[in-house]
Amino acid sequence: MMDSTNNLNPHTTHKMRRFRLPRWLNTFNIGLVMVVTLLGLAILAPLLSPFDPNVQNIQDRLLAPNYVHWFGTDRFGRDLFSRVLHGARPTLILVSLVVILTVPIGLAVGIFAGYFGGWVERILMRITDIVMSLPSLVIALALVSILGPGLMNGALALAFTSWPSFARQARTETLSIRRSDYLSAARMQGVSGVRLIVGHILPLVLPSAIVRAALNLGGIILAAAGLGFLGMGIQPPTAEWGSMVSSGSRVIFDQWWVAAVPGFAILFASLAFNLLGDGLRDKMDPRHDK
Amino acid sequence: MSTSTLSVGAKTRRLWIGRGQTLASGLVSLALTLFGLLVFTFILSRAAPVDPVLQLVGDHASEATYQQARHELGLDQPLPIQFLHYLERLFQGDLGVSQLTQQPVVSDLMRTFPATIELATCAMFFGAFFGILLAGMAVYKPGSWMDHLARFVSLLGYSVPVFWLGLLGLLLFYATLHWSAGPGRLDDIYTYTMTQNSGFILVDAIRSGDADIIKNAIAHLWLPVAVLALLSMASITRLLRAVMLEETNKEYVILAQAKGASRLRIIVVHVFPNVLGTLITILALSYASLLEGAVLTETVFAWPGLGRYLTSALFASDISAILGSTLLIGTCFILLNTFADALTKWVDPRTR
Repeated sequence: MMDSTNNLNPHTTHKMRRFRLPRWLNTFNIGLVMVVTLLGLAILAPLLSPFDPNVQNIQDRLLAPNYVHWFGTDRFGRDLFSRVLHGARPTLILVSLVVILTVPIGLAVGIFAGYFGGWVERILMRITDIVMSLPSLVIALALVSILGPGLMNGALALAFTSWPSFARQARTETLSIRRSDYLSAARMQGVSGVRLIVGHILPLVLPSAIVRAALNLGGIILAAAGLGFLGMGIQPPTAEWGSMVSSGSRVIFDQWWVAAVPGFAILFASLAFNLLGDGLRDKMDPRHDK
Repeated sequence: MSTSTLSVGAKTRRLWIGRGQTLASGLVSLALTLFGLLVFTFILSRAAPVDPVLQLVGDHASEATYQQARHELGLDQPLPIQFLHYLERLFQGDLGVSQLTQQPVVSDLMRTFPATIELATCAMFFGAFFGILLAGMAVYKPGSWMDHLARFVSLLGYSVPVFWLGLLGLLLFYATLHWSAGPGRLDDIYTYTMTQNSGFILVDAIRSGDADIIKNAIAHLWLPVAVLALLSMASITRLLRAVMLEETNKEYVILAQAKGASRLRIIVVHVFPNVLGTLITILALSYASLLEGAVLTETVFAWPGLGRYLTSALFASDISAILGSTLLIGTCFILLNTFADALTKWVDPRTR
């Protein structure tokens, strides 16, 4: 359907007047470069950091950015450049934990619902809808306040409200392939049960789940930073961007860089994954290819 | 097709039955979702590491006193019975007492909620206006510099940590340029001279009739509103642009184009009514996320709303206050979603 109308696409009429960016400068490539940079900095943080991120040096407290301390120092005299580099680690670990927890749960719920139908579907999708309509950051805060702050609990709390979008998408896709010839062929060969689900449905549902994961990552990074900012994330003295902004906010009017630098790191990370996710979606779904 | 053979009366009747069914199913799903939220907060209140009995009787109470208090609180009963008691207390408007303020949580929530509503509503107003405008401009000429600008702005607003943006805003507009009056809702001199009874600072300021107070209230209000508005503008632009672009690929748009309708006319007259239903959903989602975004923004701007109440409760591990706020924000979320669904069905016959 879409393909046949694409030739008549009204945008083509505007093509001549288009402001064109170079072809290599697309969302996917920019996002990919940013994500790879982020991963590289996080892995190499101990090698790249000129200082130990947790060593306090009270004489050098709240220094402005200079040649020794590129991003200045915080109120304990810790080097902000080293701390921002190290801060990438807990963020990325937490985000990976959330993905590891949510994608399998979401896929399992969605595929079971779509495959079995009937009561299983109704109950599973009802639960999905309920969780989906809860405010995720507030629920995460409430959960962490009970479980106690920390990396694993933060990941659990954020995962608790992030899986439904995967489940919904997986269910829709399973429904559309449930009656396909491809599955009937597999069934006639005697494939059934778990093998049919894992071997024949999962591979078809997985790619769009990965795109969705990339799209969700930016938001999860922001939520994780929000938890940290409210003191409910990874606890000090471990360098974590959200809590670094929070401690920098006390001196925002005099030593602005203490809060500005880690906040910019959050923006960079979130932007990186949002760009990558957008780019991936454009590649997978030509309807958004603009 | 088959309905065309029915009489007009039968048609209307069928329509009404259909509406009744959607209403009923909507109410059932609303009730189930609210029930889910209640189960969640109940489980959290039971899982809390704080022992409510010890809180009541203190560390030095004898075993007998402890057991008696436990019995009186109903904690020796099975969980389903406890849940029923929890619901009973809830319907009587009892959310417990906040340790932090020593006030009933319900009255705390009623005191702080208007401030959050005020912030979110003002932000929603500007966010929706500029978001719709930006999305329209982007779709007017896809691939143009306006489109790129809309994409860039929405991506940036989508990715920026709101608490950091608020801090930078304070640094620039309050500390450096003095355009904003900074944290809080009013300067201290006005706080005690003005009667505040509605909870909405703008309403109270206008009612006081004092131009200085109104000016001061706006000077305090505009920066947090702008920060939140940027956030909601970003998500509205992003979603609406995608929906409208998909719509402009449809054949009726090409037909309108062939008939000689201008691009502006196509977007305003042909495309916009068709995306109105989706727009309502987008706006409701955005308003709900503003209520949530207020949690972080209020902390930065020392805005005495629900968000700051929740965060100070978090710091004090004040479980009743945390769960009360969660329940209120969650209920608003669910009601907004349901309301948006109903409104979408009302304006867009295709979704019925």
